[in-house]
Amino acid sequence: MHNPQLNNKGELTHLLSTEGLPAAILTQILDTAASFMEVSSRDVKKVPLLRGKSVFNLFFENSTRTRTTFEIAAKRLSADVINLDITRSSTAKGETLLDTIDNLCAMDANLFVVRHASSGAPYLIAEHLHKIGRDDIHVVNAGDGRHAHPTQGLLDMYTIRHYKKDFTQLRVAIVGDILHSRVARSDIHALTTLGVPEVRAIGPETLLPKYLDKLGVHVYHDMAEGLRDCDVVIMLRLQNERMNGALLPSAGEYFRHYGLTPHMLAMAKPDAIVMHPGPMNRGVEIHSAVADGPQAVILPQVTFGIAVRMAVMSIVAGN
Amino acid sequence: MNIEISNGRVICPKNGVDRDNASVYIAHGRIVGLGEAPKGFVATQKVDASGCVVSPGLIDLGARLNSIEAELAAAVAGGVTSVVVPPDADPPLDEPELADRRVHRGEEIGKARVLPLGALTLGLKGERLAELAGLKKAGCVAFSQASRPVVDTEALLRAMEYAATFGFAVWLQPQDHWLSRSGIAHEGEVASRLGLAGIPVAAETIAVGSIIQLVRDTGCRVHLTRISSAAGMSLIQRAAKEGLPISCDVGIHHLLLTENDIGYFNPHARFVPPLRAQGDRQALSDVAAAGGAAICSDHTPVGADDKLLPFGEAKPGATGLEVLLPLTLKWAEAAGVSLPAALARITSAPAEILGVDGGSLAVGAPADICVFDPQASWQLAPEALRSRGKNSPWMGYMMTGKVMHTLVDGRIVYST
Amino acid sequence: MTLLPDSLPDAEAQCLQLAEAIRPSLSKNPALVGIFSGGVWIAERLRALLGLSDDIGMIDVSFYRDDFAEKGLHPQCRPTTIPFDVQDRHIILVDDVLYTGRTTRAAINELFDYGRPASVQLAVLADRGGRELPIDKSFPAWDVTLAEGANLVLERNPQGLLAWRLENA
Repeated sequence: MHNPQLNNKGELTHLLSTEGLPAAILTQILDTAASFMEVSSRDVKKVPLLRGKSVFNLFFENSTRTRTTFEIAAKRLSADVINLDITRSSTAKGETLLDTIDNLCAMDANLFVVRHASSGAPYLIAEHLHKIGRDDIHVVNAGDGRHAHPTQGLLDMYTIRHYKKDFTQLRVAIVGDILHSRVARSDIHALTTLGVPEVRAIGPETLLPKYLDKLGVHVYHDMAEGLRDCDVVIMLRLQNERMNGALLPSAGEYFRHYGLTPHMLAMAKPDAIVMHPGPMNRGVEIHSAVADGPQAVILPQVTFGIAVRMAVMSIVAGN
Repeated sequence: MNIEISNGRVICPKNGVDRDNASVYIAHGRIVGLGEAPKGFVATQKVDASGCVVSPGLIDLGARLNSIEAELAAAVAGGVTSVVVPPDADPPLDEPELADRRVHRGEEIGKARVLPLGALTLGLKGERLAELAGLKKAGCVAFSQASRPVVDTEALLRAMEYAATFGFAVWLQPQDHWLSRSGIAHEGEVASRLGLAGIPVAAETIAVGSIIQLVRDTGCRVHLTRISSAAGMSLIQRAAKEGLPISCDVGIHHLLLTENDIGYFNPHARFVPPLRAQGDRQALSDVAAAGGAAICSDHTPVGADDKLLPFGEAKPGATGLEVLLPLTLKWAEAAGVSLPAALARITSAPAEILGVDGGSLAVGAPADICVFDPQASWQLAPEALRSRGKNSPWMGYMMTGKVMHTLVDGRIVYST
Repeated sequence: MTLLPDSLPDAEAQCLQLAEAIRPSLSKNPALVGIFSGGVWIAERLRALLGLSDDIGMIDVSFYRDDFAEKGLHPQCRPTTIPFDVQDRHIILVDDVLYTGRTTRAAINELFDYGRPASVQLAVLADRGGRELPIDKSFPAWDVTLAEGANLVLERNPQGLLAWRLENA
């Protein structure tokens, strides 16, 4: 099956998932992001790469945070940014997803940044663009259902590389609601592709997908056991809005068993870094002392995120 | 009209007939001779079936006829001479008058026979009984909830007791309401990886188990539709061995495809029940090959607007009437099943489940016949289909097995 | 007369000559900025030969090129580092080969995003002609004509010495 993310020269033309991307392409993105970090440290934080191009932010699911970072990234590339908040009501007016895309293509869009509540939506869009002969328009997935959030996965990899340098020597633990997490899936694929020898998932049975071992992940239900000697701890948000019943008794019980307290963190290596895709639920998955402590790299993640998104957009837009 | 179909390979799975270069003689809508012409028979029309198989017309145990004219034309183009229609059209088939009209309309159109399933409960809500006897009188062959579960086990028990009183058969799709309501794909490797809400096998086995117990208690004859899992099939096999009045069928797509065919979220791979794992597919295939399950198309036409959506929003189902034959032949070849045994799954086995006098080429039987070329290839393309449903995971693929002529009641209702 | 592979000059010797050409300008306290990668190696040489105290700047023009639409983003870009204040400074841009002038144009644009220099000069080892923009070298260089399709490449051997190589001669 052809990889819909790559063109026929094997170059990245859409970013839909970290899964299925060769290590060389992931590394290219991280290296390019390093150059963009330098740009972000200048007074003039702009480069003319995407001048004259239009980036359309299509957010079918609300997210001010992610949309803002994509907007900043696109503007630093000198692109024109158009934000479309497509609420339930406009789709209720009968316009299908693909009709919306066709309309936007007619408005000279060059790049779609898409967030959607249904897993697979960006693939449908990329497939459609190919069918109508618009291989010049690129799709960047900003999060689809539970499936993938590839730019988050990439910025998490950038963060790990920045602090830990060598992927092949690490133990990385992902803690929390992995069942519903697109961030977790994107992290897992990127970590295994980049050669991390041990990826661990920690959580109660109800929050872990079946068959995680098939993805190369070691499953732990005991957090202390799972964190032992880890170099990186990625905490996931406990997502209230995604759970519809019977998965957890209470946030309190969750925190007692799976919350990252200073005591739990001490199980990991003393120089372990603590990451979180944000926004954090203090006192639910993470103790404030840890979130504000010296091992947390949560704010740098945000800065890295802008550079990574600049890298992704400039790579796909040029292919 | 006296018709002679000659030079074909005549196969009647029910009666163990498999003769090369034999003829079939038809008069007054019935088969009057097989191999030898009856005395004084003079053909007014001859059909040359050289290089073709002459088989009983296919009986499809599940096809939705949204726009009845187009779909009945599709049926005969696919060699299907009898179509069992689930009661879940809009409005659901819970009134005798509605059933009467449906059967009548089918007769008017004069192509494939329409065998409607009546709703077991009013509005298919699973609460109050529909007028089963009235529906039977109006032409319903059995009673069903289509793919909607009956949540209230007491209501199901009473419905089965009532049906048993009259000797009516109840057709149920075994799917536990609670375990399947938020899922969109088989709870397996693919769903885990792609982040799709899963429907566990337990959704099927729990329902199968409950229904089997209710059959034991009521003696009601039950047909279980569209089995999808190895575990579910295993329970059914054991119940059948126990001598319980239980039969089952499998959708042709579930014999050929698995969760892996979802690929990059292909909405054409969304089915109810979902496509499961390779082990499940293999078990379904083994049971069908051994004669333990009938095969049907589960024909579900879906418009492009309802299919070209993200996986979880797309309407499930695929077009089936015109691909049932070539896909069954494809399955048979892969599973090492002989042609007569494969044809039995879509002719005599469905007839037996329905308790009708069809699905065979016996002398005296109604002349419902399919003449097809088992070697001819054709490409599945929207223009090649008469059905309004162009939704198929096989679109663009080559199909092997082409219907040349279809006869219903001794009349040629389709010629390629 | 087009260049042949067996008559390539000594790049190290050319660096010495270039350094002497630049020496009279030292009173302006110029800063050297090398363009990756050949220009960076030459700038390092020049800094040592001229005894400059400031670290050299290193510029990657990937984000300022004019051929993004045709060629996409270069697969290997390195971070630009300018370890001094560009504002009001005399800058000498250093590159290995001057050809169409487009790389120089991109480098100047990038430099100006760091501040407003007092002046910008261009120092190259080789000038192969074929200009497509009104850009010129500021110091004498080796003027050379190449055969159609040929390419002049500066390399650094494992001992750290610079040498020319001719491709597709």
